[in-house]
Amino acid sequence: MTPAASLAEKLLAGERSAVPRLISWAENADERFPAALARIFGRVGGAWRTGVTGPPGVGKSTLVNELARLFRERERTVGILAVDPSSPFTGGALLGDRIRMEERTLDAGVFIRSMASRGSHGGLALAAVDACDVMDAFGFDEVVVETVGVGQAEYDVVSAADTVLVVLCPGAGDSIQAMKAGLLEVADVLVVNKSDVSGADRLVTDLEEAVHIRTAGRTEWTTPVVACSAGTGKGVEGVVEAIETHRGFLAGDRKERLRAEKRILQVRRKVSERLSEAVWGSLGYLRTVETLLRNGATPYDVAARVMTTISAKLVDENPPSTDPGAGRP
Amino acid sequence: MVERKIRVLVGKPGLDGHDRGAKIVASVLRDHGMEVIYTGLHKTPEMIAEIAVQEDVDVVGLSILSGAHMELFPRVRKALEERGLGQVLLVGGGIIPKDDMRELEREGFAKLFGPGTKTDDIANYITDEMSRRWAKEGADV
Ligand SMILES: Nc1nc2c(ncn2[C@@H]2O[C@H](COP(=O)(O)OP(=O)(O)OP(=O)(O)O)[C@@H](O)[C@H]2O)c(=O)[nH]1
Ligand SMILES: [Mg+2]
Repeated sequence: MTPAASLAEKLLAGERSAVPRLISWAENADERFPAALARIFGRVGGAWRTGVTGPPGVGKSTLVNELARLFRERERTVGILAVDPSSPFTGGALLGDRIRMEERTLDAGVFIRSMASRGSHGGLALAAVDACDVMDAFGFDEVVVETVGVGQAEYDVVSAADTVLVVLCPGAGDSIQAMKAGLLEVADVLVVNKSDVSGADRLVTDLEEAVHIRTAGRTEWTTPVVACSAGTGKGVEGVVEAIETHRGFLAGDRKERLRAEKRILQVRRKVSERLSEAVWGSLGYLRTVETLLRNGATPYDVAARVMTTISAKLVDENPPSTDPGAGRP
Repeated sequence: MVERKIRVLVGKPGLDGHDRGAKIVASVLRDHGMEVIYTGLHKTPEMIAEIAVQEDVDVVGLSILSGAHMELFPRVRKALEERGLGQVLLVGGGIIPKDDMRELEREGFAKLFGPGTKTDDIANYITDEMSRRWAKEGADV
């Protein structure tokens, strides 16, 4: 058996140690990963995926820890992916989310993995979806992904989830800032954390109004605003209930449609990533671009030249086959 | 291509309440481009080993100032081995006498760093050791 096949078989046989190793393969874009995924992909789809995002320090990790506790009370197993930013200067990262989840460390029904954003274009979203697929295939009932809501790459990650929680708290911005940052658009549920701190009530009203203005009867789902204190556990039940309600809302057709759309997005990302790797990597266009620019061509001219050469290479190719097994090694 | 990153767990087993040193080391390793999972204080050997498994780290670095290293360090090593992580690069630091260092190095620790070690030396040791291991892995495949 190939290494990919044997690791995939381990996962399917319920060996937990296969989960972290497969996630590492995904994260390192290891060439063995696609073959392993092909073997486990049939088991993907049973987990409910919840994305948790919001500004730094609002209590996302503390909330995830509480959610995991409540899921466990309902006898559901939980796989958690916690993404923290990499330093753009050194490429290193300090991954500290799991400190807030330490009570869950020795629970065999909970798996926690930290991932650094590694600052690559779309790479994070791809690795994160792969990691969720691995946890899903292993059989975790709930998969929870935490990212700091700071940039497009992080949004891409949470928007791959079935239910997206946007967490805010008093003092970490008002509803106008949340609207500007696009946080309201990605939210299926808005959580006002730190309800023990003053200003929480006002933030709730403020957000409810903002949701009303934005959606006002135009969508079938009205984003609820739920207040809680993850620090004390108070009100977190309400967050779980909101997730359940959203799950109920999506049940059936809606869910299938949504998931299908997300898979298409994933493929598009994969293709873009591959294309750009090919163009800037193996095809070595960087040198050509440098030369053209040095000779005074405008960026538009240079881009057009690159596109022409690529299209010339693509014209000869046949359209892709729709046989699901085609193209597999 | 994605560049492979060194993943390090920095753990503090036992009861001592000082993690300034561990935090400094964690942030220096980060500045050397590593991905560092810091566990916080008061971890049992089992917790450290379990985190190492879930995070699939390449390196486990332990820090102890309380003097309990001869009891706790080997227990972490054993817990790692029980979980199939006998091959991780295991290092330790703290107030550790020379004789203890030698004994721990005989017991499966790759290297111990005594008081006064420059933090950059720790980072460079790990980087060199990991590139050596990965080069060997690459050659074996
Ligand atoms: N008062 C109060 N503090 C809280 C609450 N929840 C979390 N905190 C505190 O807020 C701080 C940040 O909590 P985290 O859970 O790490 O927040 P986070 O959003 O995950 O932070 P990043 O991942 O760094 O963006 C910690 O000091 C928590 O103890 C709460 O409900 N009330
Ligand atoms: Mg966090």
